[in-house]
Amino acid sequence: MKKTILIFLISFPFILSCQEINEKNNKVQFEVTGNCIMCKKRIENAALLSKGVKFASWDIPSNQLTLIYNSKKNSLDSIQKSISDVGHDTPLFMASDEFYNQLPICCLYERKIEYNK
Amino acid sequence: MNRYLFLIFLPILSTFAQDNIEGRIVYKEGTETSALYGANVYWLDTSYGVITDEKGKFSIKPSLDSNKLVISYIGYRNDTLLVRESNKFIVHFLTIDNSNSLDEVTLEKRKTISRLSFQAQNVINVNSSELLKAACCNLSESFETNPSIDVNFADALTGTKQIKMLGLKSPYILITEENIPSVRGASQFYGLTYTPGTWIESIQISKGSGSVTNGFESITGQINTELKKPFSDFPFFLNLFSSANGRLEFNSHLNKKISDKFFYGVYIHGNKRDKKTDSNNDNFLDLPISEQINVLNRLQFIDNEKGIISFLSFRFLKDEKLMGSKFYDPKISNKFLIWGSEVNTERLDTSLKLGYVSPELPYQSLGLQVSYNFHDQMGSYGYRVYNINHESFFTNFVYNSIIGNTKHKFKTGINFSSDNYNEDIDNFYYNRIDSSIGGFFEYNYNNLDDLNFIAGLRVDNHNRMGFFITPRFHLRYSVFKETSLRFSMGTGRKVSNIFAENQSLFGSNRQIEIKNNGGSIYGLRPEKALNYGFGINHKLLLFERPFNIFIERYVTKFDDQVIVDWEESRKISFYNLEGESQSKNFQIEIDYSPSNLINLRFAYKDYDVKAEYINGYLRVPMIAKTRFFSNISFESERNTKGAQWRYDFTHHFIGKQRYFSNQEISSSNFSPNYSLINSQLTRAIDYNLELYLGSENIGNYTQKTPIIDSENPFGPDFDTSQIYAPIFGRMIYIGLRWNL
Repeated sequence: MKKTILIFLISFPFILSCQEINEKNNKVQFEVTGNCIMCKKRIENAALLSKGVKFASWDIPSNQLTLIYNSKKNSLDSIQKSISDVGHDTPLFMASDEFYNQLPICCLYERKIEYNK
Repeated sequence: MNRYLFLIFLPILSTFAQDNIEGRIVYKEGTETSALYGANVYWLDTSYGVITDEKGKFSIKPSLDSNKLVISYIGYRNDTLLVRESNKFIVHFLTIDNSNSLDEVTLEKRKTISRLSFQAQNVINVNSSELLKAACCNLSESFETNPSIDVNFADALTGTKQIKMLGLKSPYILITEENIPSVRGASQFYGLTYTPGTWIESIQISKGSGSVTNGFESITGQINTELKKPFSDFPFFLNLFSSANGRLEFNSHLNKKISDKFFYGVYIHGNKRDKKTDSNNDNFLDLPISEQINVLNRLQFIDNEKGIISFLSFRFLKDEKLMGSKFYDPKISNKFLIWGSEVNTERLDTSLKLGYVSPELPYQSLGLQVSYNFHDQMGSYGYRVYNINHESFFTNFVYNSIIGNTKHKFKTGINFSSDNYNEDIDNFYYNRIDSSIGGFFEYNYNNLDDLNFIAGLRVDNHNRMGFFITPRFHLRYSVFKETSLRFSMGTGRKVSNIFAENQSLFGSNRQIEIKNNGGSIYGLRPEKALNYGFGINHKLLLFERPFNIFIERYVTKFDDQVIVDWEESRKISFYNLEGESQSKNFQIEIDYSPSNLINLRFAYKDYDVKAEYINGYLRVPMIAKTRFFSNISFESERNTKGAQWRYDFTHHFIGKQRYFSNQEISSSNFSPNYSLINSQLTRAIDYNLELYLGSENIGNYTQKTPIIDSENPFGPDFDTSQIYAPIFGRMIYIGLRWNL
């Protein structure tokens, strides 16, 4: 019987999961400019490195990033800032030229900068 | 004079004063950006210009005469940029000039065997188009074009193919169907022939100890088969197959949408062989006379809004085989005068799968699987009898979620299984019930870059094996972008169903001896092994085409094993290992596609499989130490109607294997080396209709005397189990596939 209890204990860290459901989970979607699978890795990684972000999935064709984050731990502004800091434009922040220019060639996306008049 | 000079030098000085303007010229193709090498970058109305390098980079001195930079490249529209002082670095996209471009040819690239390189586990995915490369009538024949699995004939009677992974037989592989354990227990021997090839959507082969979520039984690896699903399969599919050795096959799939959420499919398979062949004149049939009916009903439910997916499956199978002397007729022959054998099986499989993915939190999911199987097999071999009846119940509950964020994932759950066996071995009866309950937890860390590992642990309480812990670990690390390393380690245990796993013994008159040591299964202790492995994968470009090298080393060490000892003549003994038993495997595999239409694959495999027998520490019999594998496949481009040619050529070299019995005429202890060549040509007439023609064993290599002492089938030396090569020579087959 003791052993069966142990089996249940190892397999059900549900108590942890239940707490998670009570937390404030925010689901948002916004555009992040980019091109390819490398961009996907970089964008998702930057998002997941931000505090409070639980889930990040960036869709290549639509350039839409879906985020689930805990709004008590972090703000959307600062999450967007950390994404723009790796070279990708977000609705609120434009990546600095310095970061943009460091992107590998396949990740260079067309920016809305007008050189020609 | 001074003033004049100043005027001349001013522009020069000012150019020195200003930094060069740097930038990159790129173009976009689909979603990817690529560099334009050799694009012209020059100031408008001047003769001063530069050319971009292979990374599309340029660096140009500012011009006093112009602030308009022209970018040009053949086939692209010229662009003129107005450069301001603030523009230090320019990234510019050129667009393709479509006005007079050539007609584009789009090449379709299909990868049929792919290593899932981003996973921690060493998983090889085989999709359904790879399965079309060979006759592939059932799952046991689906590995002919795959170097990770070795296929052998099991014996000289049944024509059944047996698979090995890392040098060990299929009982040490956990074989699952949609993650429910399938080929096990009573179906261990024939089970792979119960899944028709056309039902298979894909196969995942994981080498090494596998995941803890599917149980403790996998020792050398796991093979999971995904079947076709009513939602995604064609509404109608028909396959007909006929081979020169008299095998006829029929496969049909019907899929129907019942409502927006319900989909129903019925898959029917039938095969028949009624031609008697005896090419080696030993008066024994080369291949059995057989008949199989196999019907699968599947109901699929999908509700994307609620995140629910469910499958309900019912399958019924009836399989009949007649083997042995070509003069044997079960209705009239006296089975004590003419050696004949019959194996009749009926099987029922039912399963329910229920999956829930939270639509709000896509990283959380729940899965429930329940299955019930009933297997009834009646077999007679000369005057020997082997009947097995196996009823099994399996249920698995899995919960997936994350810790913090999706870099840290976990799976946890519980499973319960119960197996009720009733066996009759020459009128000795063995009945037993095995039941186990287990819980597991598996943590997966993925930094989305170079490191990915899975650490799993399970605890089980089994009525015959007691309480035990199964740890498993898999790691993948990318040293460089092109080079990745893999490591895996884990333990596995299993109950040895000595008769069900070694049914070829009934095709001999060997006496069965079990060296009972008071263990819980046939008086023997359960099996326990440790498996670990390393692998390196390096990708490079050869003539600008992808070239992949895989080097792998796997070791399986048994702590306890049930040794099947054929060494002594007229006897087969089962006893627990005393001493060492291990299988060491080394493999080099090369994949190269010199063009989009051609794929080459080569593998060298070395197996060092040894165990401590009563007679000493010996190489395990009937395992080739070396094997070479080569495969060439060619696929033409499909035209607008979908017409296409496909050609496939596979060569297997099988090294010498140790005989367990010296009674073959040969004086050596080893079988000779030989080669097996298979080839297939497919013509797709359009997207819906395909015809194929193929041949197996083109070199016509056969084992000359597959049956030992075939003249005296009731004598003590009669043995059909020592098989190293095909019994039947060259085989030609044709078939068609039609879908709507």
